[in-house]
Amino acid sequence: MEPVFALLTGLFLTVSVYLMLSKSIIRMLLGVAILGNAVNLLLFTNGRILREVPPVIAAGLDVPAGPTANPLPQALILTAIVISFSFFAFLLVLAWRAYGTLGADNTDRMRVAEPEDGGPPPSGY
Amino acid sequence: MAVSASSPVLSEALVLAPVTALDWLVIAPVAWCIGIGAVLMMVRHRGMLQPLIAIAALTVLVCLDAMLLWHVSQGGPVTMVMGRWLPPFGIAFTVDLTGALFALAAAVVALAGAVAAMADIDASGRRYGFYPFLMLLMAGASGAFLTGDIFNLYVWFEVLLISSFGLLVLGSRSAQIDGAVKYGFLNLVATTLFLVATGYLYGIFGTLNMADIARKAPGLRDTAPLMTLTALYLLAFSMKAAAFPVNFWLPASYHTPRIVVSALFAGLLTKVGIYALIRVSILLFPVEREILGPVLALVAILTMLTGGLGALAQTDSRRLLGYLVISGIGSMLAGIAIGGPDAIAGTLFYALHSMLVMTALYLAIGLAARLGAGFSLAVPSGLYRDHAALAFLTLALFFSVSGLPPFSGFWPKVMLVKAALDAGAVWLAGALLLTGFLTMIATGRLFLLSYWRPRDERTAGAGQAGLPVSGLPVRRLPITIVAPLVVLTALSLLIGLFPETLLALARQAALALTTPTAYLDSVFAPGSLQ
Repeated sequence: MEPVFALLTGLFLTVSVYLMLSKSIIRMLLGVAILGNAVNLLLFTNGRILREVPPVIAAGLDVPAGPTANPLPQALILTAIVISFSFFAFLLVLAWRAYGTLGADNTDRMRVAEPEDGGPPPSGY
Repeated sequence: MAVSASSPVLSEALVLAPVTALDWLVIAPVAWCIGIGAVLMMVRHRGMLQPLIAIAALTVLVCLDAMLLWHVSQGGPVTMVMGRWLPPFGIAFTVDLTGALFALAAAVVALAGAVAAMADIDASGRRYGFYPFLMLLMAGASGAFLTGDIFNLYVWFEVLLISSFGLLVLGSRSAQIDGAVKYGFLNLVATTLFLVATGYLYGIFGTLNMADIARKAPGLRDTAPLMTLTALYLLAFSMKAAAFPVNFWLPASYHTPRIVVSALFAGLLTKVGIYALIRVSILLFPVEREILGPVLALVAILTMLTGGLGALAQTDSRRLLGYLVISGIGSMLAGIAIGGPDAIAGTLFYALHSMLVMTALYLAIGLAARLGAGFSLAVPSGLYRDHAALAFLTLALFFSVSGLPPFSGFWPKVMLVKAALDAGAVWLAGALLLTGFLTMIATGRLFLLSYWRPRDERTAGAGQAGLPVSGLPVRRLPITIVAPLVVLTALSLLIGLFPETLLALARQAALALTTPTAYLDSVFAPGSLQ
């Protein structure tokens, strides 16, 4: 089962890196969204996959009777989902504001903070 | 508790001994910052009340961190586990000397920033939450410095990052939006890389507790891909720390927000990256760091030189300082590349010095801009004549950042150069000295061009079109910026004149990192096996 998930994670990462290398902010945003999912899948696979045995301790026992699914990666993923979702939301609004303020969704044309025609620094005193 | 405390199962799973009052200090800085952050959020429409609460709260935070430092320096590392679950199952907060030192320096910087913000952040900035963001930034920074769990470290990184987004876009000028886009995307990639590495780490070790990882690493070294893991971590943290090939987010964004925000960022953000780098490469994977040493040394040299040369090429004093932040990061990386207690002590000392001095430098040029100098090197301000005291103060900071005695920048540079020479890394020592030289030229140029040239000379010389001839009435210096500036500069001078205490602490902290017996013993009772 894990190799399939590993390949899927690789595919997700490839797509997200490809999208994030683009100059268009919208594509970069899509890349970010896919990146978040790729990482969640990666965390999930790293916890090892076991089907259909929920990590529930039966009544009267102190520890589970046999091997169960690993609950920790799910807790990690839950944290990561919340964070990556809030990041995505923030970046989405930021991109919208950037489009409104700078009139560009192309990173090549976003040169307000680092102007290209700044000129050389003064050479003499 | 429903089950009696004497149950054998409970004693195997939980810490049953009550936590002593002093040990609560471990969690206090984080809890305090989050709590006050929430309070400030509730009073965000009371523009006058907010700074008072924040300054009082940050003063308390400085006291808490100082007490924590004292506690740790007396009794060694302290561990507290959330929910009382025995480590490695509960999330552990483990404070050693390194973490406590960083937390204290961060609190001092934040206090200085909060005071300076009284003059620099206007009513609308306060309404949009400058002070709550500042407190949450401090919660993130303190959490990162104090935690003993690597996934928890990731969470604090994100807290830090989200609050820094908030601070960065405060005011929404177009340059800020532009800078924030670049800062946001690149930092997101960096923290995601950190998360990827942590996922693999969990897959290899089955634990996230740092002491547990350090304990298990020797047994797994032959079979598990620890080299790959370490390389991934180094890439992620280098990006957070702004090391050479992955540092372009810093000069793109640090000069865009209000000057107080720039000052806070310069003092806090990249240093958290350096801290994490030290923690992972020295405490968790020392053998892998040894092997990656030459790569780290190359990165360090390139970071130092691009920082120094970048600073020389700037016409904007804020961007110049951004490059100085980068060259400082290079010096800290040099210590990590060499390894060994002496070099790590140098790195720790440099980081603490850099936190104080870079913050002070941004405040100083902000003050200069306020007095009509602007941020452009092309426009002479004549501040040397009109405000000699401020010019001298700034010059002192320039000396400090270049590593000249008698200021705090001198000692870590000496330690690092000595450690490099002892390790036989002549090139690294040469690069460190060359960087000091480049920094001196860059700051010297800034001083000559902007501070020294009298104002009216420019109108005669013409040529420099753009800004109107400033007949600006020189406003009174706001005490709320001058006071933190003077205090930080005095601290730098004090550390430069009497470095013994900090030197001893840095040495002790570095020793505790390179031979982490005490750290491990504080998490797991000595002799306990697993």
